[in-house]
Amino acid sequence: MSEVRSVDRVVIRFAGDSGDGMQLTGDRFTSDTAQLGNDFSTLPNFPAEIRAPAGTVAGVSSFQVHFADFDIRTPGDRPDVLVVMNPAALKANLHDLPRGAVILADTADFSNRNLAKVGYTSNPLEDGSLDAYEVHAIDLTGLAVAAVAPFGLGRKDAARTKNMFALGLLTWLYSRPEQGTLDFLARKFASKPGIRDANMAAFRAGHAYGETTEVFTVRYQVAAAPTPAGTYRQITGNTALAYGLMAGAAKAGLQLFLGAYPITPASDVLHLLSRAKDHGVITFQAEDEIAAVGAALGASYAGALGVTSTSGPGMALKMETISLAVMLELPLVICDVQRAGPATGLPTKTEQADLFQAIYGRHGEAPLPVIAAQSPGDCFDAAVEATRIALTYRTPVILLSDGYLGNGAEPWAVPNLADLPAIDPGFVTEPPADGPFLPYSRDEKLARPLAIPGTPGLEHRVGGLEKAHGTGNVSYDPDNHEHMVRLRQAKIDGIAADLPPLEVEDPGGNARVLVIGWGSSYGPISAATRRVRLSGRNVATVHLRHLNPLPSDLGDILRRYDRVIVPEMNLGQLAFILRGKYLVNCESYSRVRGLPISLSELAEDLIALIDEQVRVDEQVRVDEQAPIDGHTRIDSKDAS
Amino acid sequence: MTATTPGLAGVPLALTPLNRKDFTSDQEVRWCPGCGDYAVLAAFQGLMPQLGIRRENTVIVSGIGCSSRFPYYVDSYGMHSIHGRAPAIATGVAVSRPDLAVWVITGDGDALSIGGNHLIHALRRNVNITIMLFNNRIYGLTKGQYSPTSELGKVTKSTPVGSVDYPFNPISLALGAEAGFVARTIDSDRAHLTEVLTAAIGYRGASLVEIYQNCPIFNDDAFLDLKGPKAPGVIRLVHGQPVTFGPDGAQSVIRRPDGSVAVVDTADADPAQVVVHDAHADDPTSAFALSRLTDTGVLQQAPIGIFRQVERPSFDDGAREQVRMPETSERLSALQGLINGSDTWTVS
Repeated sequence: MSEVRSVDRVVIRFAGDSGDGMQLTGDRFTSDTAQLGNDFSTLPNFPAEIRAPAGTVAGVSSFQVHFADFDIRTPGDRPDVLVVMNPAALKANLHDLPRGAVILADTADFSNRNLAKVGYTSNPLEDGSLDAYEVHAIDLTGLAVAAVAPFGLGRKDAARTKNMFALGLLTWLYSRPEQGTLDFLARKFASKPGIRDANMAAFRAGHAYGETTEVFTVRYQVAAAPTPAGTYRQITGNTALAYGLMAGAAKAGLQLFLGAYPITPASDVLHLLSRAKDHGVITFQAEDEIAAVGAALGASYAGALGVTSTSGPGMALKMETISLAVMLELPLVICDVQRAGPATGLPTKTEQADLFQAIYGRHGEAPLPVIAAQSPGDCFDAAVEATRIALTYRTPVILLSDGYLGNGAEPWAVPNLADLPAIDPGFVTEPPADGPFLPYSRDEKLARPLAIPGTPGLEHRVGGLEKAHGTGNVSYDPDNHEHMVRLRQAKIDGIAADLPPLEVEDPGGNARVLVIGWGSSYGPISAATRRVRLSGRNVATVHLRHLNPLPSDLGDILRRYDRVIVPEMNLGQLAFILRGKYLVNCESYSRVRGLPISLSELAEDLIALIDEQVRVDEQVRVDEQAPIDGHTRIDSKDAS
Repeated sequence: MTATTPGLAGVPLALTPLNRKDFTSDQEVRWCPGCGDYAVLAAFQGLMPQLGIRRENTVIVSGIGCSSRFPYYVDSYGMHSIHGRAPAIATGVAVSRPDLAVWVITGDGDALSIGGNHLIHALRRNVNITIMLFNNRIYGLTKGQYSPTSELGKVTKSTPVGSVDYPFNPISLALGAEAGFVARTIDSDRAHLTEVLTAAIGYRGASLVEIYQNCPIFNDDAFLDLKGPKAPGVIRLVHGQPVTFGPDGAQSVIRRPDGSVAVVDTADADPAQVVVHDAHADDPTSAFALSRLTDTGVLQQAPIGIFRQVERPSFDDGAREQVRMPETSERLSALQGLINGSDTWTVS
């Protein structure tokens, strides 16, 4: 019997060829992890090519899962365990491994030819180059093929069960329950009994292999994480986004209409909503990105909740229509699941570089609200919020997610929909008692009344030409244009008055450095700052949901700190905006590797920066005590 | 009560009869004097009350260009949208609201140049919209550049030594895009305009009506030879009738052995070879062949009428049939069930 050792957290990365089923394997492991009550965070990472040439570094697909007995925020930087199905997977991932990490390698694919293909002149599993790691070289494919021999599969199908064998072995090694995966396989391959039985057999064989051989002297367990009471499920950002849009529409009593064009990494939103027809959702796969947003705008005009989902290149194409929506003052939700750009860029990798595009990317003065989700599950809340703002203020709203949030998963406390506040679309249904209907008059929030087609007595025209204040008729009057430009801006700016105060996290209470972020950098920032705080240093954090307008208390918060650091996966877009708006010296911390910001790197950098700040403060104190021209210098900041 | 014509099925009927004035907005019409758009607007405002549907259930979506100012002048719901995108926007309106009669107003530059993609896809999908394509063979609002229907050699502001840009035949294009209703009419023939537009809105699916429309400022008399009931070059297509035209039917359209059609003197024509127009033929070959009788250069000859009118399932009906909106009282609980999923765990 192997010893069972308790650990608080583990990061496992599954890596293989694109066709090796690594995403599925990782996903299953995550599901079983969720059932045990561990907190977790995942990072799927796959090539843009559907089937890149087999055995090449370019074709490596990986799935990383981080699970722990405490509240974690990121999928982890460096795996404790790397499962590799071929030499390319080893080559592509080895540089991320810390010394001492476990490598579980399937030897079947470590042929001379495959080794040569990725530039190995000798087999690293045998030549001692991996001595710094704990290497388990096992013929997973051979063992899997032997285990499924009774099912009469062809050689190729039999070999494909190797991922389930590996999963079985990992399931044993980390004391995960087996039943979830067995049930899953029974469901997934219900119509192909041969494949189903073979995969189940391979999975069981992998588990048994761990139990009966003495390859692993230790197996691990990770206790459940203490989490607030509630019902939990695993959720990806794209799923949460789709559900949030549905919840927003349901709370407003409107039909949800999605216009979309397939684009990585946003297509899953289209897929999910196209399966929600029994919930009244209409999806329209348009001929292009422009038609997708156009149809969504048409649906909004007709009284539905029009939504479009896309990624950066699609956003660029939609902008003309979004500008029209600004002019028409119609509700519309535009979801941008960002990816690394420009152009096609790295379509399967993540980035936060569409912030400028979202806030400023239109022609003319065309302000609109921009909000961002900070974690996979938070995409739900962000989508509900986008719906609320769009309907309340009669405006297009851009909701920023990204590839990391969209494809990443985490445990999610399922919200009780009954607890969500209702959203009132407030359509006008009756002609006013006194005078004509004025479609461009204003309420206290500067929102205009909406009368949808089919409403008798309220017939009116809208359009892209400048609107006369009040009547909405075409107006070329210079004073009216200036008034309307300022009015549209004031309406969006006024949303800030509706926002709750920001929550600044500063458990020590006397931090001198503030880290401010938005979107998916929430995970790395909160994990890194926790590490900083555990080291005994103080650091404050604040994370923005609303990027336009910015919350009204933000300026005061920024001015409270000696240094403000802005980590982003772009070249400093939020930092630029904050500096411009508040004249505060916000310092950009930027990484654009197509991957989430490394939490350990960020933590080290923050620690260095905080220590430097302490030294500067010391120096200031020394200087203050030294008399200058017979006077003692007093720094007003330190005096306060 | 809702209308019974297929194209308007689901659109509620007016409680009291409406008249032309009900479809006239309070906005001053600002087209140039003599513009063909006036005639089309008048025909439209004349036919709308005849449809018997409620004014408030009429939506007109236009793109950009002179003709796209049209919705401002009709007292219904309307949207003056973006250059080329009206079919896409109208698709969203039509799919989400079966109780609306949806018109698209567009021009040759709007529909065939910048918006070509949306036009062909709206036609192939057969979204229940009626597209009025005002073709004046010129860019008017931008002051006189050649358009995708201008003839080769056309001298304009942007082609000072003549265009080398081969034009589209909008009817051929629409037929190639699988359109189920394709027609052409002309601004100078009010009765024909009314007849064709009435048939178009009655069609369930996407109907394309190309309207030859004179621009007196930048392309005056482009359709002069087609003007008037006795214009010699107008080939009137009437379903079930032999295709003959000209003074006293002096010319006939015959089918050649290779399937193409040709114009011959009726006196020389074998009556068995004269094409009998069948707009309802499932196969678009004959309609396409007739569309090729349109001059590509300066217009002296063109067929007008309904080229094709065949029943096809409409996209919006199909899309709606797949969707079931739960009762209001059940909607949240059904959604709660969906988001709960099947793989949950409880922390107590």
